[in-house]
This record gives sequence, structure tokens and C-alpha cells, in this order.
Amino acid sequence: MTQQYLLEMRDITKVFPGVKALDNVEFKIKSGTVHSLMGENGAGKSTLMKILIGIHPPTNGKITYKNKEVVFENTNKALNMGISMIHQELSPVLHRTIMENIWLGREPVKGPLRLVDHKKMYNMTKELLKDLDLDIDPKEKMANLTVAKMQMIEIAKAVSYNSEVVIMDEPTSALTDREVEHLFRIIERLKNQGKAIIYISHKMDEIFRISDEITVLRDGQYIGTYLAQELDTNKLISLMVGRQLDEMFPKVECEIGDIRLEVKNLAVEGVFKDVSFILRKGEILGLAGLVGAGRTEVIETIFGMRNKTSGEVYIDGRKVKINSPEDAIKNKMALLTEDRRHTGIFPMLSVKDNTVIANINKYVKGNGLLDHKLIKGDCEKYKDAIRVKTPSIDQLIQNLSGGNQQKVLVARWLLTDPDILILDEPTRGIDVGAKAEIHSLISELAGQGKSIIMISSELPEVLGMSDRVMVMYDGRMTGIVDRKDASQEVIMKYATGSM
Amino acid sequence: MNVDKTKKIISKYGIYFVFIIMVIGMSLASPVFLTGRNLMNVIRQVSVIGMISLGVTLVIISKGIDLSSGSVLAVAAVVAASLGQRGNWHAKMFPNLPELPIIVPLLAALAIGLICGAINGTLIAKTGIPAFIATLGMMVSARGLALLYTDGRPVSSLTESYQYIGQGYILGIPVPVIIYLTMVLVTWVLLNHTKFGKNIYAIGGNIHAAEVSGVNVQRNLIKIYAYAGLLAGLAGMVLSARVNTGQPGMGVSYELDAIAATTIGGTSHSGGIGTIGGAFVGALILGVLNNGLNLLGVSAYWQQIIKGGIIVGAVIIDMRKNAKKK
Repeated sequence: MTQQYLLEMRDITKVFPGVKALDNVEFKIKSGTVHSLMGENGAGKSTLMKILIGIHPPTNGKITYKNKEVVFENTNKALNMGISMIHQELSPVLHRTIMENIWLGREPVKGPLRLVDHKKMYNMTKELLKDLDLDIDPKEKMANLTVAKMQMIEIAKAVSYNSEVVIMDEPTSALTDREVEHLFRIIERLKNQGKAIIYISHKMDEIFRISDEITVLRDGQYIGTYLAQELDTNKLISLMVGRQLDEMFPKVECEIGDIRLEVKNLAVEGVFKDVSFILRKGEILGLAGLVGAGRTEVIETIFGMRNKTSGEVYIDGRKVKINSPEDAIKNKMALLTEDRRHTGIFPMLSVKDNTVIANINKYVKGNGLLDHKLIKGDCEKYKDAIRVKTPSIDQLIQNLSGGNQQKVLVARWLLTDPDILILDEPTRGIDVGAKAEIHSLISELAGQGKSIIMISSELPEVLGMSDRVMVMYDGRMTGIVDRKDASQEVIMKYATGSM
Repeated sequence: MNVDKTKKIISKYGIYFVFIIMVIGMSLASPVFLTGRNLMNVIRQVSVIGMISLGVTLVIISKGIDLSSGSVLAVAAVVAASLGQRGNWHAKMFPNLPELPIIVPLLAALAIGLICGAINGTLIAKTGIPAFIATLGMMVSARGLALLYTDGRPVSSLTESYQYIGQGYILGIPVPVIIYLTMVLVTWVLLNHTKFGKNIYAIGGNIHAAEVSGVNVQRNLIKIYAYAGLLAGLAGMVLSARVNTGQPGMGVSYELDAIAATTIGGTSHSGGIGTIGGAFVGALILGVLNNGLNLLGVSAYWQQIIKGGIIVGAVIIDMRKNAKKK
């Protein structure tokens, strides 16, 4: 059966000063289908979507929507014509309620003075949330919601526009498995209502579970559109990167030495309790668990960002007191945080300044001034060593892709020559190629005798990289599994508290 | 490529071009403008505000604000003046005080500025109240302190060496100008060549990332505001020396002029962006504007209106420049 396309983008080209972001790209979607848009970071997915919703005008190309050629000058116009986008980074008005957020800018009004009709707004919201199986009070403040719930509200908002086309950019990055299931049920329902869903994600299993069609972009080029059943993970990855990734997790077996870090009965009241583990030289300890299990909180406490209620930390057999990240760094620890934007990069500073900030003491000369030559030398060295793609170290870090920003942050911590390297979701939101490079870097570091704790929500990553896996569930440690005994099933059992 | 490059240079050094164009325009409009004497006059006139704006620049780069500079200047001025009065003056504040060497009032002014600034910084760092509130409190209290200390009266008849700081010349260059330029250089080195400077940019750019990277945010905040206070104290000394009196009502709204100079110079109130060169040129632009409009006989009222427009215009241009980068 041939079906009309709801939306067609043809010959889309976008040139930014100095860069051709998109080159004759094509994208078509039918009503009632889920169409995934795939590609490494920097492939042009976001740019294409920004053109679709009217943030950027295309340099060239045509958009046909409902059989009519359209031009969206701004997002409002796209929104009113039925195209909405759920962005990867949410921007709710935190101190207002859910209903005020959903109807922001189009509040129902009553009377000659056009006062806001709060009652109507409440009822409309209630109905909307009920329709999506969301059991939340419309009068709840956004700030009180978890990120996952906010994401759901954002989806509810898109639905409230009666959009025909809903674009979801990495909607599951902050969701637990259960919430992901919920989201997929919502997607299924939207699909049955005849909506078209454009889905962007790095998670392969999700892509194959929900997609009808997949369009692949690479370096701004259109690679092709495929039926989901024609592809599998390996084929898709090779289309995205243009090469076969034969070794996803290049785990190097290396000698595991003496105990470096010992954590005893660590607890933070109301967050987690009774966390005890040891970490040896050259070992990679995976830290698995569902979102909200307390993994990030544990390592933040070890790193001095939170105050512990009880427990002790020993490094090389010596009891240490760590009350701030400054103390942690002095004890040769490093923490690559989960949230690159919030606690990682300094967007307006150069790659160079971003690289040296955690190790700035090294560059203070006898006269109190900084040794710029040494700074430059070190930055260049690390830039080359871990293959940061940037025109120069003076480039602002905000102009780099996510994967390259992450590499700069890795360089920042390597410069401090840490003994204990804590990595919180080190490959989140970065593309497949950069991911593999970061994995091999982690293995290499363990080979040099560094002790590594790696939090990851991707089980294959945890299993592929770790010597041992520690699993948390609901603020407690439920198990530590050796590499040889670890499997997705075992870890999932611990992570869901069923063992 | 050349067009691109030219555009880049213009956008990066835009404020310097504006300054040059202003100077050219003014010198065409008034023959007196481009004389050495008049130019020296311009720098001397901006030196007090300019000094304050150097500290304010550091504060604003760290994503803060300092509203207390004018009041801190006044406290420093009256205390320094009270320690620098002539021995034979009949209305001395401390009648039994002998004539003190100049270093005493100078150190007193610096110490007072430093302490007031450190209090600002400590309040902000330790209690977490917004810088706007902390420094607003200091602005009001310090003014009160200056009035209390002098009982609302001016402190006059300063020693010759005291006056020299505001009125003297070295090799034909006014001493306030020398002090100002020295502080420009010192602050530039501080911001670009020390760990402290890097930390200021980091705190303003992303305070959370700074903390995780081991930057001691609290200690650095205290240092930033203390340095800003120190410069306000120094400005108080220079101003009182220039007008030969310390008055509790001195420096009213100077903090706003300093913020204006910093802002015109391209320091962003969203933190992490700003230069000392910009602050310097920003102060000069305000000076040239005052001076030039005076020479042209434009009324002081109009000058105010124009100044306001320029402050807002400068920020609009700057925001566009930064927006384009995205």
C-alpha cells in the first residue's frame, strides 16, 4: 500500500559560515509511523530538525507538509501548523506549576478582562495527563518533579498542541526502564492516532524496538532511508560511521594490584546507606543501577561534593578526610561528572582554559604568575594524545561537538595525574566513534595502574569494561559481581532489588 | 576569507574602533580636543571611576555585582583625610594628632577598602545571599559610617604630600593618571597571568564546574570583592587628595559609572566574559564623551541622556556579537 507522505523535506542544504552542515538531505515521514533519525554527533540531525521547526532557515531545499510547500519562519508558526519538538535539554519554568508550564503563552481566559481561567486550565491539564496515564497533580510545581517526570510533562505539552508531527530528541536519556516503557506506550498511542513521530536517540535497542523507518545522516550527507527490519545494530552502526566497529569494548586485561581505595559503611541520611567496597590498582569497577538508585550520590560523596552522615574512606590504607573537591583532588582523585553542561564545561572559555583549570597549581611559577608556555605545551600534548578535534586550543569549547567536549574534560582530569579516576556516564550523549575512543582510553588508563570507577546506565558498556560490577538499588548496595559471573540478567536482578 | 577575517577583528575589537571613531569625530568637531593637555585631562578625569571599574570588572566577570564602591570610597576618603590633615589647622578632627607621613592615610584608605570588600565577599560566599543584596547593604551602611565618622562635616586642609597624590605631576603626567595606569597594568596581570584570574573566569563561566574542578569558590569570591574594595579605597584617597578634602557625601553613584564603564568595555553580566583592556577603553569612552560634549557646549542634562543611551547601545551590540557565535 502506498501512502502519502505527511511531511517531505527535499534537497535540504544548510551552509553556516565556513561549514556545510547539510548537503542535499532528504527526509520523509508518513502519518502513523515512527521514523528514527540516526547519525553521529555532528552528522546534522539537530540542524535538520532546527530547519524543520523554523529555528534556522535552509540555504536551499523545499519542505512539503500536507501536500503544500511551506516555509516556517519561526517555531511558533511550525507549532501552530502542528509540528512540535521535545528538546534534549528541557527548559521548564521551575517555580511555576505543571499546568502553567503546559499552557504557557496560550492560557485559557474568561470574561471581558480576559483573566486567566485557572479552573479550566486545571481541568484541561487533568484530562491531558490522564490521557497519557500520568498520575501527577496539575498544580504541582515543576521544580518538585524528577527529570523523568519533567520529560513526560514536556511530551504532554507537545500532545496538547494536537501536533501532527512530534520530534523527540533523546527523550530517554534521563528515564528509568519503567519510564521508558511508559514513553513507548505513549508513542504507540500517538502512532495509532495517526501522528508522525521523529525519534532521535543513540540507544540502538530503542531504535529497533519502536522505529518503522530509519534515515541515516553522516557528516551532513544523506546516506539513506531504510525500513527498520532491513537493518540490525551492526549494519546501522556501519552506515552511521562508515566503517565496521568490530571491537566495541576494547577491554585490555591488565594486572590488578594492591588495594588503593577502601570505602567503609558510607552513608548520607535519606539518600543511601551502608556502601562498602574496595578498589584496586589497575582495576575498573563498574557501578550499575537504575536512575535514582544513588550511584551518582555515592561518588559525589566520595569526591567531597556532599557531606556524609557516616562512614570512612581509606586511600592506600590511610584514612582520609575529604570535605570538598579540592581535598579530593589533593588526594589524587578525579571526577568526570555526569552532566557535562552543568558541572563540566566552561562554555565561554577556550579549550585551553577548560583543560588546565583543575591542575592550575602546576603552572604557577615562583613569581606567582602562570607559565603560559607550559600550559600551551601540555594542552597541545593532550589534545593530540586523545584526539580532540578542534581547530586550535584557543577555540571556545562551546563550539566543539559533545564528544569532543567530553574528551577535553577527560584531558582536564588526566592532567592532574590522578590515581583514582571516577567516571560518571562517560559516554552519555556522544557518538559511536568517540565512544569507542573513550572506551579504549579508559582501558589504557587502567593498564597504567590507575584505579577507575565507572558509572554507566548502559549495561553492555558496564559489562564490557569492568573487572567487577557493583550494583545499587534504591540507595543501597545490592551486590558486587565479578567479571566472569556478570551478565545482563544477573545485574538487572540486583538492580531491581530482586536478588 | 579576508572579509570573514575583517569581520572577526571588528567584532572582537569593536569597542576599540568605537573609541577611535569617537576620538576622530571629536577632534574634527573641536580643535581643542586633540591637544595633549586636553587628552591628559580626559584620563585624569576618568582615573577615579576607572580605578573602581577595574575591580568591578573582576566582580562582574565572576557573575557578581558591586554596588558599594561609591560608599566605600567615601569611608576611605574621610578616614584617610582625617589622618592627613595639616598640623596647624584649627578645626582638626583629631586636634592632638601630629602631622603623619603620607603612608599612614594611604594604608588606612587601602585597609578600609579591603575590609569592606572582604565583608561583601564573605557575606556572598558564606551565606549565599545575592551579590546585589550584600553590596546594597554595604552601600547603605558604609555611607552611614562615613557620615557617622565625620558627623556629616567635610575633613579639610590636607598636607602637601597628601594633595600631591591628587594634584601633583611626575614628568608632566598627573599622579592620579600614573596611579590609574599602574593599577590597570597590575589588574591586567592579575586577571591574565595568575591562577586567581583563571579562577575568576571559571567561577563566572560555570560555578558548579569550577567547584568540581577543585576551585575554592568561597575563598576566591572573598578575594574578588576584597580586591574591588581595595581599589575603591585607593580611589577614595586619590579623589580626596584631588579636591583637598574628604567628604562623607563623596562618590555618590560612582559605582554606577564604574559598572557602566565595565559594561561598555564588553564585560558580560552573564559571567565569564570580560577584559581589562575593555574596562580601560570603556572608562575612556565615558571620559571622551563628557569632555567632548563639554567642549561642544552640550548641556549636562543632554550629556546624561546620551550616556544612558550609549550604555544600553553598547550592551545591545555586545549581545548580538555573542549571539552570532551560537
